[in-house]
Amino acid sequence: MRASIIVFPGSNRERDAARALRLVCGCEPHMVWHADTSLPPGTDLVVLPGGFSYGDYLRCGAIAARAPIMDAVRAHAAAGGLVLGICNGFQILCEAGLLPGALMRNAQLRFTCKDVYLRVERSDTPFTRGYNAGQVIRIPVAHGEGNYVADGETLARLEGDGRIVFRYCAPDGSLDPKANVNGSLAAIAGIVNERRNVLGLMPHPENHVEAALGCTDGRGLFAGIAEHLAAAA
Amino acid sequence: MKARVTVTLKAGILDPQGKAIEGALRSLGITGIASVRQGKVFDIEVEESDRAAAEARLKEAADKLLANTVIENYRVEVLG
Repeated sequence: MRASIIVFPGSNRERDAARALRLVCGCEPHMVWHADTSLPPGTDLVVLPGGFSYGDYLRCGAIAARAPIMDAVRAHAAAGGLVLGICNGFQILCEAGLLPGALMRNAQLRFTCKDVYLRVERSDTPFTRGYNAGQVIRIPVAHGEGNYVADGETLARLEGDGRIVFRYCAPDGSLDPKANVNGSLAAIAGIVNERRNVLGLMPHPENHVEAALGCTDGRGLFAGIAEHLAAAA
Repeated sequence: MKARVTVTLKAGILDPQGKAIEGALRSLGITGIASVRQGKVFDIEVEESDRAAAEARLKEAADKLLANTVIENYRVEVLG
């Protein structure tokens, strides 16, 4: 498995992502600078890490989405390659048009940094095969703009096609509005594209892969990706 | 040429910042304000003497970067 992590000025979770890939997938990811125009040959997985690319200027992810490397990321996705956008990476994927909708200021207007519960809606994607459908996992969030919005038609399509893969939920898996940490439409925490090879999510699974940090619920995502790539090889 | 691009949220998109501003105005005792929606203004100098060409360039800029047309509308004004 060959993973490439795109580093933008202001990214700050790229080493967390690298550590998770190393620990769970046993691969040594490449760091790719945003001004590069191509990905290392043989890249299976592109990770757009969390952080505050370009200081969140203009809109979160807006400038990064237009960075030189993004044409290569777009081509990688178009060829069926896996793309994982975490937090700022999810914002970048929406701004780049690789995922529908947009992420707005949290409904309660506060930056929120805490563990939340997510319901895994389906296990038949390259990113969620390490979980069971309906499983509840505990994953941290750390964002001020994770309030997912989309128009009615887009939401109907996401629901109808089963492209909502993670929702904010109560510990028992029920959709409690109080558990919807940022006010996202339909409690959306993560979605995939039509081909299911591009995932964007606000929470940080890369920060829950080690028992020393109190929870390993994030491992399933990385283990699932490795399994998918091994099966496809 | 001087120009201004104004970016506003589309109708129906919730604007928590606008709501907070609305509340702050109320707490200042400024009454009679029914609602507030916030947006962005870009003052731009265009190296172009033709009005229509300037407008076309700014529309391109707004579509490609200044506005996220999933959630925002924009208006281009060439001020001359």
